[in-house]
Amino acid sequence: MAITKRESAALAKRAAEGGGVFEYAPAPESIDHIKIQPRYGLFIGGRMVDGHSKKHFPTINPATEKKLAEVVEADEVDVDRAVKAAGKAFDSWAHLAPSRRARYLFRISRLLQERSRELAVVETMDGGKPIKESRDVDIPLSAAHFFYYAGWADKLEWAFPNRKPRPLGVAGQVIPWNFPLLMLAWKIAPALAAGNTVVLKPAETTPLSAMLFAEICMQAELPPGVVNIITGAGKTGSLLVTHPDVKKVAFTGSTEVGKLIQRAIAGTGKRLTLELGGKAANIVFEDAPLDQAVEGIVNGIYFNQGHVCCAGSRLLVQESIAEPLLEKLKRRLSTLRLGDPLDKNTDIGAINSKAQLEKIQGLVESGVEEGAELYQPECLLPERGFWFPPTLFTNVAQSYRIAREEIFGPVLSVLTFRTPNEAVEKANNTPYGLSAGVWTDKGSRILWMAERMRAGVVWANTFNRFDPTSPFGGYKESGFGREGGVHGLLPYVELN
Amino acid sequence: MATALTLTHLGSLMGGVRSVDEVGAGERAAALAKRSIKKSSKLWALDLAIRCMDLTTLEGADTPGKVAAMCAKAVRPMAGDPTIPSVAAVCVYPLRIADCVEHLRGTTVRIASVATAFPSGQSFTSIKVAETEQAVRAGAHEIDMVIDRGAFLAGDYQRVYNEIVAVKEACGDAHLKVILETGELGTYDAIRRASILAMAAGADFIKTSTGKVQPAATLPVSLVMMEAIRDFVRETGRPVGFKAAGGIRTAKQAISYLVVTYETLGADWMAPERLRLGASTLLNDVLMQIDKERTGAYQSGDYFTID
Repeated sequence: MAITKRESAALAKRAAEGGGVFEYAPAPESIDHIKIQPRYGLFIGGRMVDGHSKKHFPTINPATEKKLAEVVEADEVDVDRAVKAAGKAFDSWAHLAPSRRARYLFRISRLLQERSRELAVVETMDGGKPIKESRDVDIPLSAAHFFYYAGWADKLEWAFPNRKPRPLGVAGQVIPWNFPLLMLAWKIAPALAAGNTVVLKPAETTPLSAMLFAEICMQAELPPGVVNIITGAGKTGSLLVTHPDVKKVAFTGSTEVGKLIQRAIAGTGKRLTLELGGKAANIVFEDAPLDQAVEGIVNGIYFNQGHVCCAGSRLLVQESIAEPLLEKLKRRLSTLRLGDPLDKNTDIGAINSKAQLEKIQGLVESGVEEGAELYQPECLLPERGFWFPPTLFTNVAQSYRIAREEIFGPVLSVLTFRTPNEAVEKANNTPYGLSAGVWTDKGSRILWMAERMRAGVVWANTFNRFDPTSPFGGYKESGFGREGGVHGLLPYVELN
Repeated sequence: MATALTLTHLGSLMGGVRSVDEVGAGERAAALAKRSIKKSSKLWALDLAIRCMDLTTLEGADTPGKVAAMCAKAVRPMAGDPTIPSVAAVCVYPLRIADCVEHLRGTTVRIASVATAFPSGQSFTSIKVAETEQAVRAGAHEIDMVIDRGAFLAGDYQRVYNEIVAVKEACGDAHLKVILETGELGTYDAIRRASILAMAAGADFIKTSTGKVQPAATLPVSLVMMEAIRDFVRETGRPVGFKAAGGIRTAKQAISYLVVTYETLGADWMAPERLRLGASTLLNDVLMQIDKERTGAYQSGDYFTID
């Protein structure tokens, strides 16, 4: 659209009069090319089928509260059909030449790349995350996971030297709503590479990218039944993981549900990996590069609205630099742009669901009641949709709920420490142990800290960095088993 | 009785200039470069880019004629279009100041001159001071000095500091921009240290490069310098300007510098008093982009004067 000379002169005048405010004009990603069907069936045996269950439920855009599509609430019969289809496909998939399996995984990876724009937009519409994140993180990493595990498919004997790795059978996989496609990739890629077949259930608030993935499986001409995708809520998930033909259960989600699953399948001989909650400490020492630490803190807790199990939700800062660091952090929060997730300049998108928003609000209220000091930058929240401003709590005691419980929202609790020993003690003083961050200029201290942290991942001078080659998983109530890297194959093989 | 240390000594013994994480700074700059600046905000930014521009020619072959042409362009970048503002300043060698004085009389465009044995800075302090004094006397409003990188890299910070102080004094009322020549400093830690040193010695602006050394201005280097400015302002309350120079050739690049400035230093730095972009070939691309926003179509390069 052309802008007239007069308009441009007016703009120049505004600029010349010292109108220093740089107002970024809306830059929304186009959605014209997106085709979302009004209603989706289930992906069973290589094609989309109607559910036996006649119950459907809507999936909405959390930024607008508008319905995007309806999906099936799969019942016992549907789950059984899906598991049977996977069981039927298992023998030929497991015995397919490994290089052929690799070829399918490569093909899926390529298709994810080819359809990346579409997938990114759908991920953002269904889940509320900023388009810059789904575009630059979720989708490229998903493709990278398939690419990486494609490479392992015909090298399993090198992954486990002197052992004979064999696939387990049907894997039942239940994934969360915070990184829908990426979690799907984390689950499906290693399972398939090792020769298993899968039934996967995406979260009830974010099923759409999995439905697109079903299309991709068909496009890739993956043999029918190797991947099956069923939709539903907790009940469907429970039916899936307890199905007697499921040999391996993989779950990513809350610690509470993880415990239920572990209880439900105890004694059945099913193999289990759990990737659960976290309350990670991001530890900043006085010699840290402060401006980059601030970026790491922001990336650690406000990335994906804090809907990240490994989010750096506790900031442990050395007392001697607490004041300048917090000043820098507060200033930085004021530059975060909250709003339309489809806008390419948006830093903070919508909260995934009403239920999650209420949980965040409840915990933030508890923080205020317990005596912590709340800071939120001035921030206009859109009228419709689910939103929560970036939030910072100072004066937080180790005993407050906001320092102990996983909030899973854009809320940071700041605590201070005096010595490295105290930092370790405080950081480890949590039932969780998924991740941690260490910020210091001193290499030896990084190693010293990493040895002592009870956390699956310790990032040094960075945070929330993921790579398919690097194993990810938890200690303590954050779960067990690793995803990613050669370690990620282990849960999907039997070693003779 | 032992004498108590002064605070200055204590400061230098107890702590140094904070370090910079190179990977982190690079990632932040890359993230800011992805900001999507469209339509009205793009036009506003392009307009600002012109108003903050130091139109530069620093060639051995510069002649009065060449400088006259550049001055004409500086005052009225787009022939026949008064809605396009003048640039902030022209930047020339000392011998060309007189030509600028002649052609810029009565305009808002200021005259900046490089000095202090530009671009290497490898000369005697007395010569640098004398050159600065003469440049100011000839009519320069702004002096772009280079630091002695040899002394800096040899660890002789005191010498670098003293020289800046001396040149600042020689400037009188003229504004002093201190060129760090970041491409020769090697690390972001050194760039941050040089930034703090220059500001402490009295720089009104700190500037990335001469344009004679590669790499010249880069986005992460600019970010590191701006973060140093931010910390300096926080400690002293004295605002210091920032100038990026060398290698900024496209409007898109210029806009990313504005974004980094805006999100690092804030709205107060979005003005020629605190921000400059030194460039010799950037202007025409900016004009072309403005025309594209106005008309919806790109015009041929033949419609923009080459001066």
